[in-house]
Amino acid sequence: MDNTKKKSGFQWGIFIFGGLAGIIGVSLFLGELHYSASEKFCISCHEMEANVYMEYKNTSHYLNKSGVRATCSDCHLSNNLLEKVGRKVKAVNEVIQHFKGTIDTREKFLDHRLELATKVWAEMKANDSRECRSCHTAANMDYMKQSSRAMAQHIQGEDAGKTCIECHKGIAHRLPDMHTIDPSAVIGEASPE
Amino acid sequence: MKKNITKLLILLGLACIAFPSYAEEVKSLRGTRDLDAGSEPPEIKRLIADDRPIPRDFVQQPPLIPHKIDGYHIDKNYNKCLSCHSWTNYKQAKATKVPPTHFQDRDGNELANLSPGRYFCTLCHVSQLDTSPLVGNEFEPVKALR
Ligand code: HEC
Ligand code: HEC
Repeated sequence: MDNTKKKSGFQWGIFIFGGLAGIIGVSLFLGELHYSASEKFCISCHEMEANVYMEYKNTSHYLNKSGVRATCSDCHLSNNLLEKVGRKVKAVNEVIQHFKGTIDTREKFLDHRLELATKVWAEMKANDSRECRSCHTAANMDYMKQSSRAMAQHIQGEDAGKTCIECHKGIAHRLPDMHTIDPSAVIGEASPE
Repeated sequence: MKKNITKLLILLGLACIAFPSYAEEVKSLRGTRDLDAGSEPPEIKRLIADDRPIPRDFVQQPPLIPHKIDGYHIDKNYNKCLSCHSWTNYKQAKATKVPPTHFQDRDGNELANLSPGRYFCTLCHVSQLDTSPLVGNEFEPVKALR
């Protein structure tokens, strides 16, 4: 009788301890996820701070009339937990490239810009501009409040099954060399690889 | 002698009537404030952001831009204007295509792509603010456009 009582007390102990450890563990994990999705974290790397961040500061996703701001993670990180963790795993490559110094100067960054941007565009096209649509959904748009030309384009694009990124490239950062993407909209020769 | 003095006085009087503007101060657009007094903050002007094509006053005039152009960069990597106005893109964008004149160099030779002299569109094409002109103007469009 005494023995079982003692045992269950011990079991309770483990249960409570395990529970607490679990809660702390999950909080730390979520906290890390949250912190590593913050703007502060993203621009703690010079590569992001000096290039894409500086450019983004001149765009309407940074500063606009309504005071709503979309920061790095709003456009580049899914709200889905699994996807988020998956992205963190992928980011291991970014850490490696950081230490290899692959894009540690503006020149090196510009040399890689087409490749990097092309990857992001492909991702966004494949997921139907999911992160764009977490704020901008076609169904919630009041076309009548848009400029006449934007309205026409949005209706036409939506009907043709296009996705945001197909037209809205280079809205939060400057564009790479577009000679291969849209040769009708640039003159001269493509810059050598 | 007396005659001469009266003549001189009459002349002086006439001069005062003929050039009364000498009495007025020269006024710049800035007003009459002292240079070191700082200037009045100008009224904030709004862009004409969504208009029909604006009528031209003479045939060779570079048409004014009837839409917003904020953030439309033009550099060696890309010309944002051409993403709608190029011959490949204008139909899809329902925009006016760049005219063939923009494919000629300054000597009139035809080029395969846009002339470098026309690449920076905003040298000649500008958007408009919704405001009245600073100075009056009685210009009339040429007969061909009236
Ligand atoms: C998103 C597409 C788009 C972009 C980008 C764009 N335009 Fe336009 N532009 C249009 C459309 C559409 C019209 C209107 C055509 C109409 O209504 O007939 C137009 C009209 C014009 C006109 C008037 C043409 C006329 O015949 O009166 C000019 C000039 C012009 N744009 C210049 C520019 C310049 C310069 C830029 C870059 C700074 C630019 N546009 C960027 C779509 C665009
Ligand atoms: C050197 C001045 C200059 C520059 C630079 C220039 N344009 Fe023009 N543009 C003109 C003039 C002048 C006209 C009207 C006469 C003509 O059609 O050539 C015109 C006409 C146009 C028209 C009206 C065509 C029509 O069919 O009515 C469009 C559209 C246009 N330009 C777009 C552009 C775009 C886009 C760029 C930049 C890639 C550009 N222009 C650069 C001077 C310029």
